[in-house]
Amino acid sequence: MENKRIGGHYSHRYDSELEEVVNRVLAMGGLVEAQLTNALRAFIEGDTQVAQEVSETDARVNSFEVSIDERCVEILARRQPAAMDLRLIVAVIKTITDLERIGDLAGAIARMAIRQAEGDRPRKQLFRDIETMGNRVITMLHDALDAFARMDAAAAVNVVRQDFAIDSDHEAILRQNVTFMMEDSRNIGRMLDITYAARALERVGDHARNMCEYTIYLVKGRDVRHIDLKEMEAIATGTVPEEK
Amino acid sequence: MSQRNPAAASMSAGLFEGSTRTVRSLADEEIAISVESLDLYYGDAQALKNITMQIPKQRVTAFIGPSGCGKSTLLRCFNRMNDLVDSCRIEGAINLHGANIYDRKTDVAELRRQVGMVFQKPNPFPKTIYENVAYGLRLQGVNNKRVLDEVVERSIKAVGLWEEVKDRLQSNAFGLSGGQQQRLVIARAIAIEPEVILLDEPTSALDPISTAKIEELIEELKEQYTILIVTHNMQQAARVSDYTAYMYLGELIEYADTMHLFTNPREKATEDYITGRYG
Repeated sequence: MENKRIGGHYSHRYDSELEEVVNRVLAMGGLVEAQLTNALRAFIEGDTQVAQEVSETDARVNSFEVSIDERCVEILARRQPAAMDLRLIVAVIKTITDLERIGDLAGAIARMAIRQAEGDRPRKQLFRDIETMGNRVITMLHDALDAFARMDAAAAVNVVRQDFAIDSDHEAILRQNVTFMMEDSRNIGRMLDITYAARALERVGDHARNMCEYTIYLVKGRDVRHIDLKEMEAIATGTVPEEK
Repeated sequence: MSQRNPAAASMSAGLFEGSTRTVRSLADEEIAISVESLDLYYGDAQALKNITMQIPKQRVTAFIGPSGCGKSTLLRCFNRMNDLVDSCRIEGAINLHGANIYDRKTDVAELRRQVGMVFQKPNPFPKTIYENVAYGLRLQGVNNKRVLDEVVERSIKAVGLWEEVKDRLQSNAFGLSGGQQQRLVIARAIAIEPEVILLDEPTSALDPISTAKIEELIEELKEQYTILIVTHNMQQAARVSDYTAYMYLGELIEYADTMHLFTNPREKATEDYITGRYG
């Protein structure tokens, strides 16, 4: 990937070091995205084979995290990056922490799929809502990685907005599950699994949102955590004056 | 203290009480020197173009920029060192205590007492350690040994050199190492109690340990003095200064809180320079 915002240093090696870090983050992101997609499929279809694969991918995700951190520390020590280069390194260090957690959550969903396969599976229609929510989450993660790759703050805000739909999916699933559980206490075990899966997906959405906030920081140099969406949008799209 | 990110303010107030790092603003500072529309020409060549800036009191202000950008020339304007260059012509004003130092009535010797200067290469006089520091006072007619002893000791202690030289105050200053000489020269500068200290690449001829000692010293000195430093070492500017001015081709491109300038500069030219990119 030839990223104009990264390149242009007198030291071409510095350019390629930063590019390499970004590429590794995107590779890690791709891996985690696949992990999440597969975990969801395994959970819905009861495919233990796929679930097993998800669990096994975890080690690769972890080693990505460790090696990217290592590279970042090396760049900090050797290059003393400033301005956007510095913000890139900080954003990367934080982004991969969230990515790794998403990987863990995908692993948790996969383990539930394996456990469920051992007993009798819930009716297929019970998975419909979780599938909708899961697809939304996968799209959000994909778009978050895309906003980071393109270093596009406006796109990042749009991704943050997707989190609201995910949160309301989560609430709806919870409500529905409680109803099913009250109807027939034999449902409780299964419904709890679905509840946990929904909770895990909701957490993935939060992590994706964090990644978007780092992307906005990277591009705009402003910390947009813990502020409301409206202000975040104003900062990301440049409709407020830059901080003096 | 002004804090622009309300969320960060409320969070950090709880978590890191007393250590909140806010972006400084010149509006909140007491101003020591104000530069107004300063132009400087060497013959026909214009070396400084319309520089207007306020230097805050008891802060460290760093000047960075590529070679030939005018940062040293500007620094030398603050104590009229450029007067020594024949072809040099200056327009505009530099106000210290509300009076333009380029006014005809200015006593240049007095100005240089108020505004001390330290250069890249340590330049002790070929005298004893003691006499180097006492020199400025003797020049002012102070010859009382008790007074001189006291000032010499205080000044050398202030630069952290006392333990290293107290037993050989009467030895020649050239016997000191480069880093020690540089600290001695700073002691000489502060012996006459200036208000402003100009440092022109004060550590570029020193090893890392001596450099660290000088940087530590700058940190201490700013409690009493207004410090202006020109440096080629951007990390040094980032480490020691409160405000940083980036200059290019005789112009002041950006002047801001150091933390802000190094993490999120406003101008692309500044960003390119501090990140090592070609513009």
